[in-house]
Formats: sequence, structure tokens, C-alpha cells
Amino acid sequence: MPHNTVAVVGAAETTDMGVITNLSQIGLHADAAINAMKDCGLQPKDIDGIACANETPVQLAHYLGITPSWVDGTAVGGCSFMIHVRHAAAAIEAGLAKTILITHGESGKSRIGNPPRSVHPQSLNGQFEQPFGPMGPPSMFTIPVLRYMKTYGITVEQIAQVAVVQREWAGMNPRATFRNPITTDDVLNSRMIAYPFRLLMCCLVTDGGGALILTSAERAKDFPTKPVYILGTGESAETPMVSQMENFTTSRAFRVAGPTAFREAGIAHKDVDHLMIYDAFAHLPIYGLEDLGFLPRGEAAGFIAARNTAPGGTLPLNTNGGGLSYMHSGMYGMYALQESIRQMRGIAPAQIPGAKISVCHGVGGMFAASGTIIFSNQAP
Amino acid sequence: MATPPGRALPQPTPETQHFWDGTKAGQLLLQTCDDCRKTYFPPRPFCPVCASRNVTITPASGKATLYSYVIHHRPVPGFTPPYAIAVVELAEGPRMMTNIVDCPQTPEALVLDMPLEVVFEAQSDAITLPFFRPISSVAKG
Repeated sequence: MPHNTVAVVGAAETTDMGVITNLSQIGLHADAAINAMKDCGLQPKDIDGIACANETPVQLAHYLGITPSWVDGTAVGGCSFMIHVRHAAAAIEAGLAKTILITHGESGKSRIGNPPRSVHPQSLNGQFEQPFGPMGPPSMFTIPVLRYMKTYGITVEQIAQVAVVQREWAGMNPRATFRNPITTDDVLNSRMIAYPFRLLMCCLVTDGGGALILTSAERAKDFPTKPVYILGTGESAETPMVSQMENFTTSRAFRVAGPTAFREAGIAHKDVDHLMIYDAFAHLPIYGLEDLGFLPRGEAAGFIAARNTAPGGTLPLNTNGGGLSYMHSGMYGMYALQESIRQMRGIAPAQIPGAKISVCHGVGGMFAASGTIIFSNQAP
Repeated sequence: MATPPGRALPQPTPETQHFWDGTKAGQLLLQTCDDCRKTYFPPRPFCPVCASRNVTITPASGKATLYSYVIHHRPVPGFTPPYAIAVVELAEGPRMMTNIVDCPQTPEALVLDMPLEVVFEAQSDAITLPFFRPISSVAKG
């Protein structure tokens, strides 16, 4: 069922990005939402559907003065926004709403109005993982990698290349947090965080947000912005405990969400002009390239090291600089979606000339969930 | 391994109490489905493959291999960095997170697929945690 009956007509990030000390988390949601409404000429009274993840849709409705007839509070980590887009597209197709606003705001660095996360000692994570000393994503998301490296004979130097190449993209983006070029040695000499991961193989911690506005492709023609159509979507979930992944060399959630989106879009991998793969850590683009079917098992690290995803390469990947260099407030998926929209509108700082199809792939939790959206700027 | 104070400890639930009673008694307890024979972890009162409620609690052999790990370099209450956070694959099939004891916390000493065996260390009156140590370290006591 192609979804190209729905389009993104409004898209914006927060006014500022990085360290934002004058807004709380709900304020970042509102800042992004107001920017997105301004982008496409709408007001709160024009919105009849809302979705968000780290605040409730109730808080969002009240704060922005929206009376929704459709709400979605799916909160499965950083890919929640890909899943919101999928649900919103289905809702618009089904006639449940006409104009849906998806927002994200996160005071990940300044932590204003963003209480610290804690693991409840009665949860499965609290009973069977937390007692053994993990402390957040850097010590958990990274656990599968040594098994991947042994299985496919991959070196840490190759994984470090992911960070080096993405910094090249960030260097072309004025809003990127880190823009100065780095070398493999810089990555391998940065502070050890969780062997084999060093600091520059881990994402940033910043403040920011973003918002999207979706409507039917038919109505999209009446908006001032260039419509970006939703060709295909996918979602899945696997496990809240990284230790219980079926296989440490591949994500089951990726292997469900990605191919579902490709089937729905009816496109082949060679049709993809631009790709975003959520990179909380340097191994995620490697898993994503393989699990989405772009490359055979074990070949993604070499593909990246050979500069195929770098500026000038055949498959431009994470062209905003990614979570490693652009920004990462904790739940990064919204920023990956924003870059796909910019590329499809033709306004990205590192614009891929003539790009017509963009694939945007997200992860939630520590390989816990996944969402994939395939965009096109070609009218159905 | 002397355990510094402050490590996060589990609070058992009705579905997991048997597991923590087991570790306290020096047993690593898994569950096996009577209908499809799947042995699984973490504990739940039904089979995650076929949803059968006919499950039997079965003691594991305690033998495992090192499946993957990181060596954490940041401070965490109850731990002295650097320390390994490991996932082991039990001889019966399931995997679990744990720490590797009686072994240097280095890439050279922590070799994937190395044979391990369970050891139990009491953390409180209620909670005993299962750790794993290299089988070769048994001879050294």
C-alpha cells in the first residue's frame, strides 16, 4: 500500500540548537512547533492531530492551544518520530485527521524540565541488567559490537571511519555542533568511554527540537512549501534489554521496519539518492546499511571506510553530520527526519544535487525499536 | 571480588522471585516450556515462543561462554572502573548480562567465546548476584 497520498508540508527545528538555557523541554517543543506552523502558514486552530514522545500529547495540546481529534503518544525512544510519521500517514489516509503536527523538544544537555531517567529496580532491566553496572547508552548500546567485529573481522579503525566521514558532512553545515575535521587517529586517541568505544565514536549531548506537519498530498499543493511525499513506512520492536537481542550482529527491529518501508514504497535500493541512519554511536550506520539491505553482511564498515557514504560518494549518508557531529539531544530521530525533508526540498546545507528519494531510518532505545520512512519530492 | 557499596540491586517480582531465591541457594534457574521445549530467560510464567503456561523451572549447568562485552571507563556507584559489562551465552542457550570475576578487566584477558562458569556473590540478605569466571581460574582457587 503506497503511502504517497500524504505529504510533509511544514518542517522546522528549534530556533537555536546546541546549548539552550532559556527554554524548558516543553518550551523546545513549542518553539519547534511554532516554527513549523510558520513554515507552512498554519495556526494552532488548523491542527487537528498531534503526536509527541517525551511529553504527553495532552501537555502539548494544552500548551499550544490545540484541540485534537487524533492523538498519538507512541514513545519508544529516538525513533518515535518515524513511527509518528507512519501512524500519522495512516490516520490521514483513513480520514481520522486532516493536519497532523508531530513535535519533539529535549533539554538533553541543560536538562531544564527534563527529569533524569531512572531504571526501576523491579523492571526486567532493573533486575537483570542494571546490577551489572551499565550507565546509560554508552555502556549498553555498544555491548554487541565486539561480537560483530569478531564475526566479520572488522577493526575499530574501520568503525572510527564512520565518525571521520560524518565530520566531513558536518563541516558543510553551519548549524552543526562540531565542524572541525578529524582524523582516524583523533578518534582512536580520544578518551576511552566503553571499550572499544572512544569519545568521538559516541554522540553529542545537546538541547534542541523539531516539528513536522503532515496533510494529504492533495491538500499539500495549496501550501507555500514544496511538498515532500511519504512513499513508504515501517516500524518494529524487539527487546528493552540489549542483552536479549536475538543476534548481536543484526537488529531484528531494523530487519522488520526497513524492508517493510521498501516494500511499501515499491523502490529498489539503487533508487535511493540520500540516506539517514540514526547514529547514536558509530556502529549504527554499519548495522543499518546491512539490515536495510544496502550491503551484504560484514561489508558496511569497509563500504564507509572506502568513502562511498562521504561527500562525493555514491550513497550520501547522514549529511547533516549525524548524532556524532550535528546534534543529539537524546532522541535524535526528529533531526534525521528534518535533514531528509531539507534534502527533498533542495535546501540542505550539504545538498545532494537532484536527490529524489530519501530513506530515513531510526532506532529507539538500545536496539529496542525501529522506524523507517521513505520520502520523495516527486508528486504522485 | 570485593564489591564496593552502592551497586544497584534488583527487587524481585512475583514472576522472578524463584530466580532470586535460586541464586541465594547457589542455583542458576532457567525455565523450560513443557510443550515446545524452549529454555528461556529472563523469567516469566509462560513460554515466549508458544505462550504455553506449562513451564518447568530447571537448574542451569552454570557453564557459559563469553558472547560480548564492553569495558566501562566511567564511574558508576558500586564499581571501580575500568570494569567489564558482559553478556554470556549459557550452555542451555539463553544469554544474560553479568560481570566477569577472577579475571583482569582487559581486552587481552577477556576473549570472546572463552569458557566460563557461574559463581554467586551475596549482595544483601535478600539478593545474591550471578557472576561468571573463567573456567581456567578454578585451579588457581
